[in-house]
Amino acid sequence: MRFQEFTARGLRALILAAFAVFFVAPLLWLVLAPTKSDAALVNRGTFAFGSFGQVAEAWEHLDAFSDHIYRSWLGNSLLYAFGATAIVLVTAIPAGYGLAIGTFPGRRVVLTLTLVVMIMPAAALVLPIFLELDAVHLIGSRLSVILPFSFFPFGVYLAYIYYATALPRDLLDAARVDGCGELATFRHVALPLGKPVLALVFFFSFVADWNNFFLPYAVLADSGQYPIQVGLSNLLSSTPSFNPATGGGGQQVNIFRPELALATLLAVVPVAVVFVASQRALVRGLVGGGVKE
Amino acid sequence: MRSPGTDEVRAPAAASQDKRGVRVARERGPHAARTFWFVVPYLPFLVLFGILPMVYAAWLAVTSDTGAWAGFDNFTRTFTDYRFVPAFVHVLLYTTVWLTALLVLVVGLALLLHGRANRASTTYRFLFYLPGALAGAASVLVWLFMLDPSVSPGSFLLRNVLGADLFVESIAPGNLPFIFATIAFWTGAGGWIVVMYGALNTIPHDLEEAARIDGAGPVTIALRLKLPLIRKWVAYMAILSFATGTQLFVEPQLVNQASLGLVPDTWSSNQLAYQTAFRYGDFNAAAAIAVDLLVIGLVAAVVVVTRTGLFRTDD
Repeated sequence: MRFQEFTARGLRALILAAFAVFFVAPLLWLVLAPTKSDAALVNRGTFAFGSFGQVAEAWEHLDAFSDHIYRSWLGNSLLYAFGATAIVLVTAIPAGYGLAIGTFPGRRVVLTLTLVVMIMPAAALVLPIFLELDAVHLIGSRLSVILPFSFFPFGVYLAYIYYATALPRDLLDAARVDGCGELATFRHVALPLGKPVLALVFFFSFVADWNNFFLPYAVLADSGQYPIQVGLSNLLSSTPSFNPATGGGGQQVNIFRPELALATLLAVVPVAVVFVASQRALVRGLVGGGVKE
Repeated sequence: MRSPGTDEVRAPAAASQDKRGVRVARERGPHAARTFWFVVPYLPFLVLFGILPMVYAAWLAVTSDTGAWAGFDNFTRTFTDYRFVPAFVHVLLYTTVWLTALLVLVVGLALLLHGRANRASTTYRFLFYLPGALAGAASVLVWLFMLDPSVSPGSFLLRNVLGADLFVESIAPGNLPFIFATIAFWTGAGGWIVVMYGALNTIPHDLEEAARIDGAGPVTIALRLKLPLIRKWVAYMAILSFATGTQLFVEPQLVNQASLGLVPDTWSSNQLAYQTAFRYGDFNAAAAIAVDLLVIGLVAAVVVVTRTGLFRTDD
């Protein structure tokens, strides 16, 4: 190997390794932090492992916070994410199918509007949605989270692309020759063939809902209704670790850095599980057109 | 969504599928119009949570609290607010840093990974993608820890590069655009690297082979052949990230909470709009700022749809 090529390879490996550290080290730290006490976090090695007993203790403190409210937050997140995603699947999959195979008036308009709203940053719509919901007095209701979450244009687009490119038209014709109506054709042909895109839409919708902070933060007032992301911010303002002014006066909150790290870690678990489980399908789906022919 | 705050990467899935497929599958018969009914359940959601909020915000922005026509009053009123220009400057600074990082590092890393496609390359892509699982408040909390010199694994960097011995010194005002850009990059870059890598995969092997035979080295192939061929995707990433960047909310909001108010709760434009609505109850002014931000997002989206050709709406 020539010297030049050798250094080029070394440089490449060095850059990639450095970025791997940048992306992974904070995650590793987060996983290890709840195993240590707050003092040990400061005094012991940053990547040292503490004990499982310490994790249990951190969980006790976290769970005791504000009368088990952490559990409610997780439950709320599950309710919002699953509830909205169910509606998304019921509405977006047929819509994508209809847009892909149909030629009705207004089809182009619906498709273009869907695309534009899909590409627009979701955060840009939060205050307008808040103002609208306020006008119809839905603020503070769980519906004010679930209903906006149920609008997921990206899901419609995914279904549209899938049915437009991967559904053989002969199959639809065959079903019709066999006497299937429009609905039966969809149910018996398009839906079973659409399993991959169903999985994809489920994944993206669930993750988007689970991770959304701004919308529930704006439309919910009662901390008992918060999803986990907003709950985390509530926890953050209650901890003396970053906020020395709070937590001292009368109420002992017992929320320090290990508890906060554990809360963050548990908040990520559902998404991480889905993430790793569907990694292959995901990467393929993300770059559908990018796969070599 | 992007997720919001930092929007999840809305990859134009399968966007570069060949056009033929779209044309072949389209119905032309009597069934065609009846498929309209499949779209019906979706329409109320599109109207109520896509179109109507924009229209209503626009209407609020040009009227007063009594509902009377106000013209551009709300816009000029919010523009002259002493916090308006700084907020936009903050957001612009942040977006510039973030965009630069994305353009240089995401494209660079994707090219680097694509240069020698092997098992290690797959592993790296996965590792880079991993923090994408954390978004919203969770990723910000992780970085609050990373910025606390007393517990951070990067404390030597904080001490030597930022000169910070305390958490409050890490989040000094001048550092904030860089900090928020780092958080956004940490969660989002991996997804974009996967997208860029996919785009690079569409380049025919023959082309690369021909260049190699002509004596081009790996660097020349990467910069002179591959980069121009994925420029649409790079443009898409830049436009989308610019639009997303201007909407910054969750990061400064949490840092405000963790800094005892050292960082103002009106640091970004979206925060200012939020505070205008919630603290002052001035919905018309809030709507005006929201419309400013909406216009940026809308223009970016329309440019992506109509100019890049990455999203097909017809055959």
